[in-house]
Amino acid sequence: MNCVLGPDNILYDTLLFRVIYDGVGNVLPCWLSYAVAGMAMMMILVNGVLLGAGLFSWVERRLIGRFHNRIGPNRWGPMGSLQPLADLVKLLVKEDLTPRGADRIVFAIVPVAMLAPVVLMMAVVPFAKDTALANLNVGVLYILAVTSITSIAIFMAGWSSDNRYAMFGASRGVAVLISYEVPVVMSLLGVVLVAGSMSLNDIVSAQTVPFLLVQPLAFFVFFAGTSAELNRTPFDIAEAESEIIAGYHIEYSGVKFALIQAAEFGAVLTSSAVMVTLFLGGWSGPFSSYLGWAWFLMKLGVLAFIFSWIRATFPRLRIDQLLAFAWKFLLPLSIINLFATALEVFFLRDGAGNLDTTDLWIMAGINFGVAITCLLVFGTMIKEKVRPAGPVTGATLSTGEAD
Amino acid sequence: MWREGENPPNPPLRKGGFRRQFRNLPPLQKGDQGGIFVLLILPGYRGKNLTTMPIKTEPMTVNIGPQHPSTHGVFRLRVTFDGEEILEVEPIFGYLHRGTEKLAEERNYTQIVTLTDRLDYVSSMINNQAYCLAVEGLLGVEVPQRAKYLRTLTAELQRVASHLMGIGFFLQDLGTLGTPLMYAFRSRERILDLFEMLCGARITVSYMRPGGVFFDAPDDFWPALDQFLKDFESEYKEIEQLILENEIVMVRTRGVSLLPLDVAINASVSGPVLRASGSDWDWRKMDPYDAYDRMEFDIPTATGGDNYDRFWVRIQEIHQSIRMVKQCIQQIEPGPIRADVPLILRPPGGAEAYGRVEASKGELAFYLVSDGGISPYRCKVRSPSLINLTVTEHLLVGWKLADMIVTLGSLDINMGEVDR
Repeated sequence: MNCVLGPDNILYDTLLFRVIYDGVGNVLPCWLSYAVAGMAMMMILVNGVLLGAGLFSWVERRLIGRFHNRIGPNRWGPMGSLQPLADLVKLLVKEDLTPRGADRIVFAIVPVAMLAPVVLMMAVVPFAKDTALANLNVGVLYILAVTSITSIAIFMAGWSSDNRYAMFGASRGVAVLISYEVPVVMSLLGVVLVAGSMSLNDIVSAQTVPFLLVQPLAFFVFFAGTSAELNRTPFDIAEAESEIIAGYHIEYSGVKFALIQAAEFGAVLTSSAVMVTLFLGGWSGPFSSYLGWAWFLMKLGVLAFIFSWIRATFPRLRIDQLLAFAWKFLLPLSIINLFATALEVFFLRDGAGNLDTTDLWIMAGINFGVAITCLLVFGTMIKEKVRPAGPVTGATLSTGEAD
Repeated sequence: MWREGENPPNPPLRKGGFRRQFRNLPPLQKGDQGGIFVLLILPGYRGKNLTTMPIKTEPMTVNIGPQHPSTHGVFRLRVTFDGEEILEVEPIFGYLHRGTEKLAEERNYTQIVTLTDRLDYVSSMINNQAYCLAVEGLLGVEVPQRAKYLRTLTAELQRVASHLMGIGFFLQDLGTLGTPLMYAFRSRERILDLFEMLCGARITVSYMRPGGVFFDAPDDFWPALDQFLKDFESEYKEIEQLILENEIVMVRTRGVSLLPLDVAINASVSGPVLRASGSDWDWRKMDPYDAYDRMEFDIPTATGGDNYDRFWVRIQEIHQSIRMVKQCIQQIEPGPIRADVPLILRPPGGAEAYGRVEASKGELAFYLVSDGGISPYRCKVRSPSLINLTVTEHLLVGWKLADMIVTLGSLDINMGEVDR
């Protein structure tokens, strides 16, 4: 039997898939080998994301330990690297509680509904040359659609838990996710304009100059929006530890809690992966045909470190300030970026509508000027707007003579 | 306070979760036609015009505490929210009541020192000091000079430790992931180590005794103190750089939960909370005790009375405390550390004494009445945390849930002292 995968198949570009498909296709019928190869890819992807989430949970705890002047987990394995495993065992043997008033079915679906988009997001990200699971021609759109599932999962969790803190967390979470979706989409439009395609593979190959330089404003907006969607400080009001304890997942324990945690840590990695692909040139770099995965992992690690760093440093904003930040700051910025990019593309493109490296460098120069101007102007404006009107602090040192 | 039968406890959530709340929807008003018709799956709203429908929100009562991570101990607030906004606040406390005042009537005067450690357990030195001043007032004994300096020094170190904790937890309530808290704890641990050198205990020190202090400082205490003061300068600068000018801290705390000076004075508020509202009232200046009459220091005050000012005043007070510690080191001279008092104290019958100090939270005072026996007839504690809590409702109503937590942090209450 000789099975041939047509080039119009979305899995055609995935080298590993084709290898498995051809190999298995020698002994099995074509439809079955297609299924086997597909399942194999899914196994790799799902387990990769979950293992990565576990590893990242350890890395982040070590990092935050260092930020705190502590050591961090160091008991299990070399430098405590088996800590995620110990955590997992502990959570697995814990009792899996469901509150009395809970909507049991919705309550049970939530952990899966939270984890699924995280894994699904990885399906279109190219890790190295020819190593994306699916080369979707609407990859960016797919990522935006899939990440939106999280807001539904958060609301399901808050709704079904029958807990007022959870309801607080859920309503906050949904408000934040809906607000930040808009500037994130607007910022990605600039990237799509420059790359001329929505496929992530094409966006990577279009980045002869990393889009971080070409689209600095879009990167800033996307980074802030992603932090908000990941519920990380300073935007972590949906699970504000000191206010509403754990927010929407307050009632979860045992395996369900483990899955939600895995989803949160995994989401940081997948979002970093998307950002690497869209803004940092993905797997491209010197010797990228062999070492593409190494470049990819390195860039991903840098972004994940920045996420941890921000988490360890900043206090949290209040909900009205957070929404004001999205609508009054990030949205105008992303619109300005979109207009600037559109004008640049209109004037710089050649007859076939393509941009070469020189054009990208010119755009980078203009966009950096725009970005710095906008951040300065808007930064001053929002400072005056957000700071509440109150009596100005006139602090003095009094000698307080006794009379 | 909550009384049985008056306010029903939390109404039980309707069975079936929050879905039921959408069953009884407000009827549509006349003239609601027109505009966009929205089709929803929700039964009551199917096919109805949502654009002109009045939005009705239900107030929601939530118990914040007693097991909430940000209530600084076993403190409970029953809060009615409209969305995120606070409509009503009812502070409920007493979960940590140990009957200190009654226990004091059954102990002799020296044993009571250990009870005072457990009142405000983050500033036990200052509690010791207030109690010892009251007993010395009963007995009429004069404390030796060296003991006075040792008391002032340890009390100021304790104030630094307490304010560091206050600042750290304030920023923890603001949502930092523990980094400023751990920075603050780094210095606080050093102070507790110094206390361990002095008396063997770190938290419940019981260092001061009526008539003086229990131990003289060991020889290696003074170099360790010098080393601490040297390190603390850079460590504290790091903390200040991390938090003082942070934009998010400013936005979250400035202008929030204002406490006007007249309200503060009427409520008998004291300590940094009062000084942040514009008063420079400080017992260390007004009625100097121990060695404070020989100390040079300023009283930091702010006029805003908001969360940021309360936080700022604490930060500045640490500078002044360190200044006083340095003066103590310069001025202290060898000599006896305790007045000649018997082991079992018997103040004259009918004597009364009121010993007050400026504790880290405010005016802490012990009122003692003697009947001539070995234990007081009555011991009343004026705890600043409890009295500072009386302005809770004024500070919180109208602000949001997130502000409530921060405001509680800015009051820097200690439940051991509130409940006694």
